[in-house]
Amino acid sequence: MNSNPQLNKHGELQHLLTIEGLPREIIAAILDTAAPFTEVAEREVKKVPLLRGKSVFNLFFENSTRTRTTFEIAAKRLSADVINLNINTSSTTKGETLLDTVDNLSALQADIFVVRHASSGAPHLIAQHLAATGRDHIRVINAGDGRHAHPTQGLLDMYTIRHYKKDFTRLTVAIVGDVLHSRVARSQIHALTTLGVPEVRVIAPKTLLPTQVEQMGVRVFNDMREGLRGVDVVMMLRLQNERMNGALLPSPQEYFKYYGLTPDKLDLAKPDAIVMHPGPMNRGVEIDSAVADGRQAVILPQVTFGIAVRMAVMSMLGGA
Amino acid sequence: MRIQITNGRVVDPANNVDRNTDVFVADGLIAGVGKAPAGFNAEASIDAAGCIVCPGLVDLAARLREPGFEYRATLESEMAAAAAGGITSLACPPDTDPPLDEPGLVEMLTHRARLPDFAHVYPVGALTVGLAGQRLTEMAELAEAGCVAFGQANTVILDTQVLLRAMQYAATFGFPVWLSAQDPYLARSGVAHDGEVAARLGLTGIPVVAETIALATILHLAQETGARLHVARISSAAGVEMIRAARAAGIKVSCDVAAHHLHLCENDIGFFNPHARLDPPLRALSDRDALRAGLADGTVDALCSDHTPVDDDGKQAPFGEAEAGATGLELLLPLTLKWAHEMKLPLVKALARVTSDPARVLGLAAGTLGVGRAADICIFDPEARVRITRERLKSQGKNTPFLGQELAGEVRYTLIDGHPAHTPPL
Repeated sequence: MNSNPQLNKHGELQHLLTIEGLPREIIAAILDTAAPFTEVAEREVKKVPLLRGKSVFNLFFENSTRTRTTFEIAAKRLSADVINLNINTSSTTKGETLLDTVDNLSALQADIFVVRHASSGAPHLIAQHLAATGRDHIRVINAGDGRHAHPTQGLLDMYTIRHYKKDFTRLTVAIVGDVLHSRVARSQIHALTTLGVPEVRVIAPKTLLPTQVEQMGVRVFNDMREGLRGVDVVMMLRLQNERMNGALLPSPQEYFKYYGLTPDKLDLAKPDAIVMHPGPMNRGVEIDSAVADGRQAVILPQVTFGIAVRMAVMSMLGGA
Repeated sequence: MRIQITNGRVVDPANNVDRNTDVFVADGLIAGVGKAPAGFNAEASIDAAGCIVCPGLVDLAARLREPGFEYRATLESEMAAAAAGGITSLACPPDTDPPLDEPGLVEMLTHRARLPDFAHVYPVGALTVGLAGQRLTEMAELAEAGCVAFGQANTVILDTQVLLRAMQYAATFGFPVWLSAQDPYLARSGVAHDGEVAARLGLTGIPVVAETIALATILHLAQETGARLHVARISSAAGVEMIRAARAAGIKVSCDVAAHHLHLCENDIGFFNPHARLDPPLRALSDRDALRAGLADGTVDALCSDHTPVDDDGKQAPFGEAEAGATGLELLLPLTLKWAHEMKLPLVKALARVTSDPARVLGLAAGTLGVGRAADICIFDPEARVRITRERLKSQGKNTPFLGQELAGEVRYTLIDGHPAHTPPL
């Protein structure tokens, strides 16, 4: 249980649960595999037969039309059969347990489970359960678990950065916003540090930063202007509605004033800095429309690259 | 029955004994140590060659899950586990269902527990009705029914005025008050120590200040009311330091630590191991080291199992949704020995923390091999290595972070009132 459960004993990718502990070579291999897939979308027939006859189950215990759709498109472009399951269960409504659900679905000859769950660690639990019950031919892809990880998002962000900036080892990258509650931020931090980015900054008020976040290898800034100075990449995080008024933040207006990405704040970054956002955006809360729609924004390419990266991950896991 | 225990090394911290000698048992009592009483002729003898003969262990926190949670454990299963763990006296927290807040429930429990193979059970009564933190229980009645102390298990009394009154009322009768220290607001939805691991895994953290703020409150109230305060399950270095300072300032306070917290820390959560989901949470390595040192120097009075059997369904869930707790009765002795070995402590000192010291906290004449005392005895082989497996555990709770590990120390015999409650398999 304490060894990295996503790699097999030969160090190959068995599941994609988190970017933490993934060797740089595997990350690079995923990004390299993704590159030719970007062209599939340009073709008249947007399909390759790599996963023909395979079944991909989208197991969404937490709603997310957007992420589910991108996985669905990716799987379909690989010619897989896709089954979407929205299983809305909170921990309070007791019914079938998570593992009961998994047992039932693996009896339906699933090859890949794409799992989204509100609890950190749920995909790990599923992967461990499959291994313990002799079904480790089924692969698990984490599509976001609690505050823990969103590895395909982290990878598509790396693909985007590589596309625009080429060399990771010369970059300064700032992640701005609600790091505390963000699985995206955690995956980005692990990916950036693994790929050799010399300076990863996080910018947020103290209420939105985890205790000891610096242990993850980042430099902490509470002042956004100071934190943006000279950066090559600005990665914005989404601020959830329920966190805007309360004990974490007084109001979206004050947040926007101090931590919203506006053109004047962006001017402090390098002139060729790119602006990223995992979507969906809250315009006027974490990002100004002038920036979101501006020349430095690469938010829509992120979405396109996301399909290719998810195709790469699925083909590497399920194409055997 | 008259039993002579021969060839063993007798370690009796209460009487500062550590030598190779014989122990004589008659009519359920210790009849002699080293010297047979006049006219003693043994009906049975136990060869304890290579073994330690010590007082039966006294455990300050063992959940038996009765009444209310029989699907997790029953008195029978957990008492077999206690005997297999060399435990002969145990205090059980009031967080049963319903909680131990009525004399009838307490009488039922103590009555059910009164079997020769069963450890002596000392219920801790609920301090407030339903553990709800609003209305005081009938403490005097509950004490007559068998409660030895009053507490809130892992819940807290939010209303500090009620807490003050509860401690005053307990102090009126001289009843000890056992409280855990965790501010519920700071611990809200927390599942792990608020540190590096929680940050990395995206788990909601419980900061150390949740412990120290709650601790400050109950220490002040103990001073104010004169209540005899016992702090259950201290978890942080800062907490240990506060206990040390409070005692130096003359406040009557004792405290205990759970055996898991002496050996594990936040890093043992690994990749979301639900067996490492404990309450209070496993904290940083420096906290663990402070707990080990505090227990060695006596700032922490006693070591307990914090035995909490959880069924598989309760553990096979994502970390944050998994139930907190670990089975502990059968691990208390090996984990005590591991701590003693790693801290290079003399056995007589280490065993005090699970025999005479918890007995003192309970105000019991237990945890001793003194002549005339109850013949509650544990005989164990300190060298025998035992692999902790589901099959081996007698407790219905198979939930332990030590599953699969090998630990030194195997109990051979447990005598309760001179009656062999646990013997080696034939």
